[in-house]
Amino acid sequence: MRRTLCGSLATLTLSALLLTACSSGSADAPKTGEKVQLNYWSWAPDMDKTVKVWNDTHPNIQVTVNKQDGGDPAVTKLLTAIKAKSGAPDLMQAEYQAIPTMVAAGALADIKGDVDPALQSKFSPSVWNSVTLGTDAVYAVPQDSGPMVFYYREDIFKKYGLTAPTTWDEYATTARKLHKADPKAFLGTFSATDPGWFAGLTQQNGASWWGIDGDKWSVAIDSEQSRKVASYWGGLVQEGVIDNTPMYTPSWNAALNKGTQVGWLSAVWGPGVLAGSAQNTKGKWKVAPMPQWTAGASSTGNWGGSSTAVTSQSQHKAAAAQFAAWINTDPAGVKALAAISNVYPADKAESAAALSSPPAFFTNQPDFYNVVAKVADTAGTFTYGPNTNVAYSAYNDAFGAAAQSKSQAAFSTALTKMQSVTLKNLQDSGFSTK
Amino acid sequence: MAIVDSGKTHTPVQPAAPARAPRSRRRGKGTPYLFIAPAAVLFTLSIAVPILYAVYLSLRTVKVSGLGLGPGARTEVWAGLKNYGRTLTDHDFLISVGRVVLYGAVVIPVMLGLALLFALLLDSPRIRARGPSRVVIFLPFAVPAVVSSLLWGFLYLPAVSPFTFAADQVGIALPHPLDPDLVLFAIANIAVWGGVGFNMIVLYTALRTIPTELRDAAELDGCSEIQFAWRVKVPIIAPSLVLTSIFSLIATLQVFAEPTVLRPLTNTISTGWSPLMTIYRDAFTRDDVYSAAATSVVLAVATFVLSFGFLRLVQAKAFAQESR
Repeated sequence: MRRTLCGSLATLTLSALLLTACSSGSADAPKTGEKVQLNYWSWAPDMDKTVKVWNDTHPNIQVTVNKQDGGDPAVTKLLTAIKAKSGAPDLMQAEYQAIPTMVAAGALADIKGDVDPALQSKFSPSVWNSVTLGTDAVYAVPQDSGPMVFYYREDIFKKYGLTAPTTWDEYATTARKLHKADPKAFLGTFSATDPGWFAGLTQQNGASWWGIDGDKWSVAIDSEQSRKVASYWGGLVQEGVIDNTPMYTPSWNAALNKGTQVGWLSAVWGPGVLAGSAQNTKGKWKVAPMPQWTAGASSTGNWGGSSTAVTSQSQHKAAAAQFAAWINTDPAGVKALAAISNVYPADKAESAAALSSPPAFFTNQPDFYNVVAKVADTAGTFTYGPNTNVAYSAYNDAFGAAAQSKSQAAFSTALTKMQSVTLKNLQDSGFSTK
Repeated sequence: MAIVDSGKTHTPVQPAAPARAPRSRRRGKGTPYLFIAPAAVLFTLSIAVPILYAVYLSLRTVKVSGLGLGPGARTEVWAGLKNYGRTLTDHDFLISVGRVVLYGAVVIPVMLGLALLFALLLDSPRIRARGPSRVVIFLPFAVPAVVSSLLWGFLYLPAVSPFTFAADQVGIALPHPLDPDLVLFAIANIAVWGGVGFNMIVLYTALRTIPTELRDAAELDGCSEIQFAWRVKVPIIAPSLVLTSIFSLIATLQVFAEPTVLRPLTNTISTGWSPLMTIYRDAFTRDDVYSAAATSVVLAVATFVLSFGFLRLVQAKAFAQESR
């Protein structure tokens, strides 16, 4: 059938391509003063234009950007190249949750000796912890952070007389009022395909899914803090006032455009997504801090956020580390990141200078970045483990079934399932666990 | 497998005078191997060696020291049959196997049934627009699996589906194809839609080789079109049906593209929905090639056993024509 006829043809073509790809990984030993060519795998929008700012001012170290399919596929590609001992780039955009996995696979180089020790003071403690993993080594330079905020449709809120909720109790009330007024509309959706989103929500409540104790790993996905969050959302889905369908689907885009998804708990990079998915609603959204568990508190979680890492296969580690430090902390580099790639820089000092005007999708809210800046530093420490991907795919399965069943109890059992799958995987892989 | 000349007689090749035979034998001795050589080399390099390497990997595992962060923390060691034991006792994997067997039981009869029906219809004497019809039926096969899955994904999602839109205008409520009890049929539908064309072409080609004398004889005996199709044509093309069945069996056991593409759109497809998805998840998401290698060997052996068993089962009956 399809597979056998085209399969052999594909195998032949693939093997021919593989044989040629094998030879492209070798690099020459650099001589001082000679031009160095670096390869950078990234998926931030327009990163090649941002990198051009470096290339124009640093003729001896030229960086080429290879645009990747974002997130997990890029990590998979890097790990495969590391295993194959050739094909990995010099620089890699490393999301914080993927760093332990990449370090465990030996994919990232320790650049502590190649960067200024004063770099640490430029970032918040939780962000710096994500690139050092609590050890002495420095595995990456933080690029952006993803503090979570609450976006909502101001016009629809005005229409039904609603105000932006400041606590989770208020959020539930607002969701009920909205759904009662318009049975087709929802204040948000519980997405079983976005584990990073849920991790950020539990981070706000003080959860940390992994922990390090000496040389043992511990898994605490099923902690009290996570249970509270899971149970809360399970209740709302069971009531039917929050939708249970995944985000980032054609359905969800249509709902954003039509106004049946009225709010979105997301991170500071949300405007870029809204601009792509909900073009019709430009200028109708507003941003507010996430609802809190106790009135008057101020804490948030992180969803995503990446750093720039130097891979262990790079032949020019010092030059690559120099670029990584420059693009993420030099005023010109940070300005380019913010203006061209729409990245919210993790460098606290520089970001304030670089972000003076709101993003294009939020021209109706001039104080957009002031709102974000207030919450940006309030995320608690969250340790990611060496098998984050396993936990994330367990989330997909467990919460997919729970969301489909629309039962609050199922949300708690889903968390237990995630915990057991992740812990078992750690033990099966040979890690010592607590 | 000579389907072609059941009716004709052919002149067997007579060896020439003995004086000429030794020279042609000597000259031709190495030539077949030379022709096969490029294919054999490529087969060895790109299929045989990876298969052997996968079997080797399935007997290994990785040992971690300390926190596992940092160079030299992971070493590869022998695991014996531990990976196989884990695969064969994995509850979720066994469920995915059962699911894929059910999936095959739905896809194969429907797809081949439709392909046979279309082939017979196209072969009937009074058909009009034979050429365009063939192209239209074959066209879905030309669409790559990922594209067709995305296409059908849009048609299945109620918020963006034209079917739902049309039904809403008339006031009908359509069932959601991606609901847990219907999702298997939704995916089967995509496979059938894409696969009917290819199988139809194979069966149609086989039907075209049936000699016209049989049709004349049948008409003389007062056979109707349907009787002729059912009692004469189908038994004659039985070997082609066996061929397409085995291809379809092998393909459905390895279903991967359709559920993987549909998975982000819905809650009802898990990451280990089919065995091949489990293998992919183990190898690339869980970074555990060893487990994945063991599961692939299990899947390959099962596919081999099933297809060989099926062939053995129908061989006597289907290929009975050949012996004549």
